[in-house]
Amino acid sequence: MTSTETRPTNDADETPLPVRDALGSSTQTLVSRRPRRRRKPAKEAEDRGIASGADWRRRSVRFPLGTSQIVLLVFLVVAGLGPILWLAKSAITPTQDTLRTPIALFPHGVDWANLATAWSTVHIDVQFVNTLWVALGSWLLQVLVAATGGFALSVLKPKYAGIVNGLVLGTLFVPAVVLLVPLYLTILHPPLIGASLINTFWAVWLPAGANAFNILLVKRFFDNLPREIFEAARTDGAGPFRLFWSIVLPMSRPILGVVSVFAIINAWKDYLWPLLVLRDPAVQPLSVRLPTLQRAIELDVYLAALAISTIIPIILFLIFQRLFLRSAGLGGAVKG
Amino acid sequence: MGLVRMLHSAPAPTPCFPTKDLLLMTTIAKAPPSTRVRQRRTPMTWVRGGGLSNLVFLLPLLFIFGAFSWWPIVQAVVMSFQKTNLVTPALFVGWDNFARVLRDPLFFTAIKNTGYFALLALIFGYPVPLVVAVLMSEVRKWKGIFSALAYLPVVVPPVVAVLLWKFFYDASPTGVFNVMLSWFGIGPQPWIQSAASAMPSLVLEATWAAAGGTIIIYLAALTGVAPELYDAAEVDGASIWRKIWHVTLPQLRGVLLVTLILQIIGTSQVFLEPFLFTGGGPANSTVTILQLIYRYAFQNSLGGNYGAATALSIMLAVFLAVLSWVYFKATKAWSTN
Repeated sequence: MTSTETRPTNDADETPLPVRDALGSSTQTLVSRRPRRRRKPAKEAEDRGIASGADWRRRSVRFPLGTSQIVLLVFLVVAGLGPILWLAKSAITPTQDTLRTPIALFPHGVDWANLATAWSTVHIDVQFVNTLWVALGSWLLQVLVAATGGFALSVLKPKYAGIVNGLVLGTLFVPAVVLLVPLYLTILHPPLIGASLINTFWAVWLPAGANAFNILLVKRFFDNLPREIFEAARTDGAGPFRLFWSIVLPMSRPILGVVSVFAIINAWKDYLWPLLVLRDPAVQPLSVRLPTLQRAIELDVYLAALAISTIIPIILFLIFQRLFLRSAGLGGAVKG
Repeated sequence: MGLVRMLHSAPAPTPCFPTKDLLLMTTIAKAPPSTRVRQRRTPMTWVRGGGLSNLVFLLPLLFIFGAFSWWPIVQAVVMSFQKTNLVTPALFVGWDNFARVLRDPLFFTAIKNTGYFALLALIFGYPVPLVVAVLMSEVRKWKGIFSALAYLPVVVPPVVAVLLWKFFYDASPTGVFNVMLSWFGIGPQPWIQSAASAMPSLVLEATWAAAGGTIIIYLAALTGVAPELYDAAEVDGASIWRKIWHVTLPQLRGVLLVTLILQIIGTSQVFLEPFLFTGGGPANSTVTILQLIYRYAFQNSLGGNYGAATALSIMLAVFLAVLSWVYFKATKAWSTN
């Protein structure tokens, strides 16, 4: 309701159709159907874009702008969705069909067996489960480190918190490539443990936990929580563990959601690091295994394997679209 | 360990504020008074004052960062001055590793190729997301569909994306892209098969894979532009183009500056595309710095030359640090205006 009444100046500008404007602002649910007024009641106080309502009513603006948006939509469908749809189609198309007419809209014969072959004969299932393990472990560890670390640095604030925080943020400025070799040697001869971590999931999980970006995000979030709540809880006799478990964790679900998205997607995407430390195909995730399959198996099965590896991230994206896009925007906001 | 030292110095009666102030002013400013009041000397009071639980909560962070971030960083610097093969004890060799890298004829090829990749990525990938984001911000219906479509390629696992595009780049006349070109009467292109077109092909895929993220960042920045500014511009009679030029772009300046340097830092560490598309070929035309590091350390028939690999990675890191520093100095006046 509020968003429609925030801009009296604009209504004053829009002299041509005062009656419809008055209607528009009183029956705000109908507004979205008419292109010339502002969008649906926006979540954030975002009433208008660059083009004003008056601009949109002008033919010289509406036509090129509308056309360019339609062109943009077509472009996005072709560029964004096209390759994925092509992969989906080719996953169930026989090899010869894909080779002869690569961009036919429909396959001449649907070959569902490709998916089954890739899954059970080529044993993509092993790598699929491995990928899930890699993602799950990285996620758990990242959430654990970020939540406890952020809590300690932001809420408990021991004297040395400033130093620790500085050291954590400092790692953001070190390119990942610097860590490549020494980290590999650390995994080869880990401190305290003795046995090499090569070919174990720990080799991926542990370094994934050292994510300064997560700490930064969570600490910022905790910094913005009202201090009065912590003081009140302390007055009521809550110790730090109680404070963490019953007060801070339940309040930090949004930011932990963002951390989770980053953690899972990064685990799914990672290639170079798992390639180095997971040499045994039995523990490799999909990303490491797929390039080696290329020469070994038939094209249609290979494309089916590619499609299978893409399904989970896309499904996750479609379900948690808001969270994904917010995280992506947040990433820029923090970096900026 | 340093951890123990911190543990003991924590209950010291005279806190040294100046250094901490420098590191993180906000932490001190907001520190609740309760943490400062109950400080005495004995370990018992330290525990009762929350010192132990503080440490328990910090322990995962200290352990993980210590073992897998801080220590390896220190090691990287040390190793760049060492000759080590993991069998015999490491030997300090001064600047030998750096000299070895500088003498490598591939070194300058790698720099040239990485620079070329970064430049092309800037030309392809910097303006397009901005234009798309500005257009998308004006969309009034189904905005969500636009952003979802734009972000979709980012969700595809990069390895899958590269392998898929590798198939699209098939140089035969029946390759996917070549068939599409034939619709416009353009003959088949060699794509990643020729030294001249390999790098642009790699950049094209990399841009496709990364643009969605940048678009979403710009979109988030665009919603942050105060509508009053447009109102004011309209009062002054500004057209759409003038509004974009005089309001939108200046308002996005901060984000644009940061994404530019982040893109340069990111593309100078490109690995996946050259590694999976071409393996550095044809004729070393796509060997990048990271590939060289990988070759030194992990693809060496004589055993890993870890010294040369770390030396090169330190050189890259120092270069990027200096570049960012100069960049932020140079653009400071412009960005705060």
